[in-house]
Amino acid sequence: MTMQAKPVPVLDTDSRPFWEGCRQGVLRIQRCKTCAQYVFYPRSICPHCMSDDLAFVEAKGLGTVYTYTVVHRGFGPFQDEVPFTIALVDLDEGVRMMTRIVDAGEGIGIGDRVEVVFSERDDGLVLPYFRPILTATR
Amino acid sequence: MRRDRIAAIVGIAESDIGVTPDKTVLQLQAQAAVRALTDAGLHTRDVQALFCAGAWTTWTNLMLAEYLGIQPIYTDSTNIGGSSFEAHIGHAVAGIQAGLFEVALIVYGSTQRSQRLRGKVPGEVGLTEQYEAPFGLPVPVGAYAMAAMRHMYEYGTRSEQLAEVAVAARQWAMQNPRAFARDPLSVEDVLASRMICEPLHLYDCCLVTDGGGAIVVTSERVARQCRHKPIWVLGHAETHTHHTLLSMPDVTSTGAAVTGPRAMAMAGIRHDDVDVAEIYDSFTITVIVTLEALGFCHQGEGGAFVSGGRIAPGGSFPMNTNGGGLSYCHPGMYGIFLLIEAALQLRGDAGMRQVPNAQIALVHGTGVQLSSSATVVLGRD
Repeated sequence: MTMQAKPVPVLDTDSRPFWEGCRQGVLRIQRCKTCAQYVFYPRSICPHCMSDDLAFVEAKGLGTVYTYTVVHRGFGPFQDEVPFTIALVDLDEGVRMMTRIVDAGEGIGIGDRVEVVFSERDDGLVLPYFRPILTATR
Repeated sequence: MRRDRIAAIVGIAESDIGVTPDKTVLQLQAQAAVRALTDAGLHTRDVQALFCAGAWTTWTNLMLAEYLGIQPIYTDSTNIGGSSFEAHIGHAVAGIQAGLFEVALIVYGSTQRSQRLRGKVPGEVGLTEQYEAPFGLPVPVGAYAMAAMRHMYEYGTRSEQLAEVAVAARQWAMQNPRAFARDPLSVEDVLASRMICEPLHLYDCCLVTDGGGAIVVTSERVARQCRHKPIWVLGHAETHTHHTLLSMPDVTSTGAAVTGPRAMAMAGIRHDDVDVAEIYDSFTITVIVTLEALGFCHQGEGGAFVSGGRIAPGGSFPMNTNGGGLSYCHPGMYGIFLLIEAALQLRGDAGMRQVPNAQIALVHGTGVQLSSSATVVLGRD
């Protein structure tokens, strides 16, 4: 059976700075220069105030797990990777991302603190995954 | 209850359902359309407005209308996922109220099971989908799993409570000869079934079947001349709140919180007035978050609400009386079957599973990743 390709992002003028940032090890989100709100995913207009004056800024790369699932039945090209963990992470800046949780030997839980780790997929795409921040108290 | 009668469901039908390897998606829809029109005592030449939604082509209405020999004077291919058909009802009523047409046909069909269309992963993802698909979340099940996980965290909802939804659906299905899955099912069976996406097990997930359905909606004037007593559309409302899951502020609270009150206010009914509910059950968690958002119980209390047989046959809250998407059929987009079953119950033609003296039905569709919501309130004279 031939291995089906994994989904590859089609870069556009909204998304290019984000994906290029991933390759450079920088997590880029946007901030609206008019209303000062952070925005993710990147777009050409602020969903909070309709301004078109948005700038990419570097996120700290720290966040909290909002929810997650451990996938036991993957679709298509992901079926051989199970089990793996997908999460929604709330960045400290206040925006939410979908991601994978990696290096969570003890498992992961909602409310856990996580940090970004850029990971190269087997096809070369660099994705922003997150891993638990090791602290004395979880 | 609302007194003015604007539009009614006068024809309902399902096509062959389950596994239909010898049928095309157009054949299923044509079969359902002809059956629904015949049920109403109408003909394809009477159809003025066509409503259709599906993933089988970009040109749903053009292709289907031509195949049926219809040249509609009003057409609507609104596709907001499984709830599209509840939205179509609202649009049809609005068009009838505006005097644009008197006879509307709503159609759906899918051969997703026989064509093995589920679980496909796109090779390239553009626009806003590129921020989710590369991570490998199986959709839609993974999205609903994350909603369930958060619901458990916030409210202490348990897997046993999710399983109650599947068990009740199966008990209803066992009273429906046309249901796809009719073997007995227990809470223990659900919990012992294969884990798909934590915390959702296999039996927390809807079926994957073929099938189609059709509904005829007409003005009051036409409805009075049809074969069956009219099933009045008393209220309707729709919304969509997001597309990407990352854009859903609270994954345990859906747009049903908006559409439920709007539709019920239009109908002039309260929760206690609802005799039978048809609630989209793509996954067991879908039912729990929807019942909460609609206000049948408080936020976080859905797990307790569905427990103890309340939603099962003989319970105090008859729901998903055909067996639902979990046990009756689920050909990709299920919303049209909710409406068909609600109308059948209000006609009093539901056979073994008939809810005695049902006069008011509440139908709620949910689409995509808890993204779209549409509520319809139906009633009979």
